[in-house]
Amino acid sequence: MIDTIQLPELTNDELARYSRHLILPEVGMEGQQRLKAARVLCVGTGGLGSPLAFYLAAAGIGTLGLVDFDVVDASNLQRQIIHSTKDIGRKKLDSAAEKLTALNPALNVVKHEVMLSSANALGILKDYDIVADGTDNFPTRYLVNDACVLLGKPNVYGSIFRFEGQASVFATKDGPCYRCLYPEPPPPGLVPSCAEGGVLGILPGLVGVMQATEVIKLILGKGEPLIGRLLLIDSLAMRFRELKLRKNPECPVCGANPTVTQLIDYQQFCGIMPETPQEKNLKNGIPQMTAKELKRRRDAGDDFQLIDVREPYEYQIAQIGGKLIPQNDVPNRLAEIDRNREVVVHCRSGARSQRIAEFLKQAGYQNVSNLAGGILAWSDEIDPRVAKY
Amino acid sequence: MTIFIPTPLRPYAGGQSSIQIDAPSIAAALDQLTASHPDLRKHLFTPEGKVRAFVNLYLNDEDIRYLPEKEATRVSPTDTLSIIPSIAGGLPPRR
Repeated sequence: MIDTIQLPELTNDELARYSRHLILPEVGMEGQQRLKAARVLCVGTGGLGSPLAFYLAAAGIGTLGLVDFDVVDASNLQRQIIHSTKDIGRKKLDSAAEKLTALNPALNVVKHEVMLSSANALGILKDYDIVADGTDNFPTRYLVNDACVLLGKPNVYGSIFRFEGQASVFATKDGPCYRCLYPEPPPPGLVPSCAEGGVLGILPGLVGVMQATEVIKLILGKGEPLIGRLLLIDSLAMRFRELKLRKNPECPVCGANPTVTQLIDYQQFCGIMPETPQEKNLKNGIPQMTAKELKRRRDAGDDFQLIDVREPYEYQIAQIGGKLIPQNDVPNRLAEIDRNREVVVHCRSGARSQRIAEFLKQAGYQNVSNLAGGILAWSDEIDPRVAKY
Repeated sequence: MTIFIPTPLRPYAGGQSSIQIDAPSIAAALDQLTASHPDLRKHLFTPEGKVRAFVNLYLNDEDIRYLPEKEATRVSPTDTLSIIPSIAGGLPPRR
């Protein structure tokens, strides 16, 4: 991967800094020089990207590219340890770059303040040796995978949900890619998102450090990388399992006769359609009520039932006066929702309540709407005292 | 055999992380599983009864797509079947 002929020399400062690496036969002088010559791209500086970038910077990676366009939010700090309380509201890229160069001033940090897309991915990825995928959504996962396969760059993969994680190394020369494992993404709404499920703060730490380990092993050419293996991490049981991954000869991107030979529209591939102005007001036949409209209707004393379909533990964190019927209880508690009155359903962000509103409509409720943006929108637009989580 | 239920699907399996099933083959075990937990069916199978493309099934550490007899493979009580759905991680963009 990295040409051995032109390895950079280490300075005296670097010899002192990396002495615990240099005395390890598996790293040694040449290994440390390889790390210095390496160019690694971290896609995302969130839960996975924080420990990943931190450890790569500490280990002496020469060039670290970071892709992120988000700003630091208070709810990130429970797991995104590269950011501090004082960084709330700041660009994640700036916050991360500051911490990384404080840790290792010799590090060359390259900031890519973009949302990775089919238009820019190949141009950004081509300058790196290895890509570490710390993203949080399916369209970007497939985009990163396909771009890595097309460019021949290893894709060091990590993914998390609640207490569980997955890690592997995709898109090496003879190894499988993400599409060999999952040819297609789940349709939106069928698999609950982390926003509904939450995530244990340490979990991305655990998985991100595994990704950093794999990146370093690939650069050193030592050990057994997670190629062709899917590591499953269950942090509640603290059990690690390993499954065999095979390169799918019929894989649409890395198979013998690929049908994907350039980057595609990944939003569309993942079933995410751009919203038309009309759909903003009506989604799958359900009127979308804004927080401001709900406030106005309330203040006007209109008659409607506000149903909160979140879980009881969420209700304890914050509520806006709705009647609590957790989503899974709704089918059995229809008697508590009057068919003859207007119903407004809400949750945290508006996703679960949309599904329940659709369910109620199917169950014969004539006048059902969804609070768009949920309790988060209420907190942003109406009452900041309502806690966001 | 033991069937491991992944976190995202546990709400459709009574919250259980693993379920013991006595069945002669993978297909029979899946039938029993979805018969006792009908909500799981639509998450695991298409309306046509095919395993969904974003769900992988592993007998012990082997993907059942690569077993010679696939779902018809016979199983023993000590075997494990893992359901591995794709997970994206993180939070979707704020709305």
